[in-house]
Amino acid sequence: MSDNGNGFEPRIVGFLCNWCTYTAADTAGVSRMKQTANVDIIRVMCSGRVDPTFILKAFVEGADGVIVSGCHPPGDCHYSTGNFKTFRRMPMVEALLEQYGIEKGRFHWGWISGAEAPKWARLVNEFTEQVRDLGPLDWKRQLQSKED
Amino acid sequence: MADNGKLKLGLYWAASCGGCEIAIVELREKILDLDAAADILFWPCAMDFKYKDVEAMPDGHIDVCLFNGAIRSSENEEMAHLLRQKSQVLVAFGSCAHEGCIPGLGNLFDRQSIFDRVYLETPSTDNPDSIFPQTSYQMPEGEVHIPSFYNTVKTLGQVEDVDYFVPGCPPQAPQIWAVIGAILSGELPEKGSVVGASATKTVCDECKYDREEKRVTKFYRPHEIIAEDRCLFDQGIICSGPATRAGCEARCTSVGMPCRGCYGPGPNVVDQGAALLSAVASVVDADTEEEAARIVGDVLDPVGTFYRFGLPASMLHRKKLEGVG
Repeated sequence: MSDNGNGFEPRIVGFLCNWCTYTAADTAGVSRMKQTANVDIIRVMCSGRVDPTFILKAFVEGADGVIVSGCHPPGDCHYSTGNFKTFRRMPMVEALLEQYGIEKGRFHWGWISGAEAPKWARLVNEFTEQVRDLGPLDWKRQLQSKED
Repeated sequence: MADNGKLKLGLYWAASCGGCEIAIVELREKILDLDAAADILFWPCAMDFKYKDVEAMPDGHIDVCLFNGAIRSSENEEMAHLLRQKSQVLVAFGSCAHEGCIPGLGNLFDRQSIFDRVYLETPSTDNPDSIFPQTSYQMPEGEVHIPSFYNTVKTLGQVEDVDYFVPGCPPQAPQIWAVIGAILSGELPEKGSVVGASATKTVCDECKYDREEKRVTKFYRPHEIIAEDRCLFDQGIICSGPATRAGCEARCTSVGMPCRGCYGPGPNVVDQGAALLSAVASVVDADTEEEAARIVGDVLDPVGTFYRFGLPASMLHRKKLEGVG
């Protein structure tokens, strides 16, 4: 893992669809593309399967950043329109997180096809540095903060 | 039970509006049955009691305490601890005690921003010396104290051990009576249960309207549209029915108002707001990202809309506090 001197290694949870972005991540790994080791990947069958609860839970349980990525719309989706559900849902999740005071840079959603392994590797590296700059989120401390 | 065989009942309000107290009075003629069955030992809203009267009771003296209101201040929390100590059964009564309710939306702010708004910024406030409430103050007669105001609104269950939860803003009379009936008959459910509501159904199941497979191209707030006599959600009015526990007999939708979600999360729902957000997204009629962003952009206040009654009990509890984490 890289370290910019402040000793903070972000923990990032990536929800990747089985058919496109997970394949890209797999290819990136097999091709030995250089990536930070900060993203814990959770493979889901479709980005449309990502319930907003998963994203909130990731942040509550200690994630400093979350990525949701699937197949390019329209047309790439293995289930035709599963990714439509993603783009109907995620703008509201973004707005919700902003109201909760979770910085915009901690959440990324988008599309990476199975043929775009370099794009995945680049996202991992850039997103890791972006979250590193934001510092730890540590939501559990929010819940435990003592009243004076 | 008291020597006369009557139930010893306590009622208290913390951070609440008083609606739960009115809900008790809404029992109407049954209030006489309640009086016949129970001695009321403590009910500051309706009768003259002092906290020292409660402090003087032996531990466990009150059989059942119906505690409404959220925990907003040190006074609320002190009373929660005191009433837990003095009561055999502590019931979180109503949405505020159960989930934080409307006072819980204060969790989008913190103490300082609330004080700034209330004591400095409101148009009707004239406070040139920027005077804020102090928890202690030296008067000629001696030092006086007031409770401290918390940054975060909590539910009763987050500060004390609660035996039962009764949802609703306010709980509906038949449900209240069912709860009191269960206590009187001694047929108490498992500790920690939500009573007076359905464990298996949502408000949609009780609603008189049937949902059709409608697609929505614009969302409306209730005052922006004259609703037709059919499913409100299908007309683009955000209704919390799909994400909300049944038990209220869908009273709001029966008069053309959307469900606001006061009975809390429905069966198998972890986070009511996240579930409602998903339900709203599922009806958006958009085949491009731009169109979807435009339609869901109609939802101006996602947290206030999706967590109107349950922010403190939700997964995230509150907005991020500056300087923490």
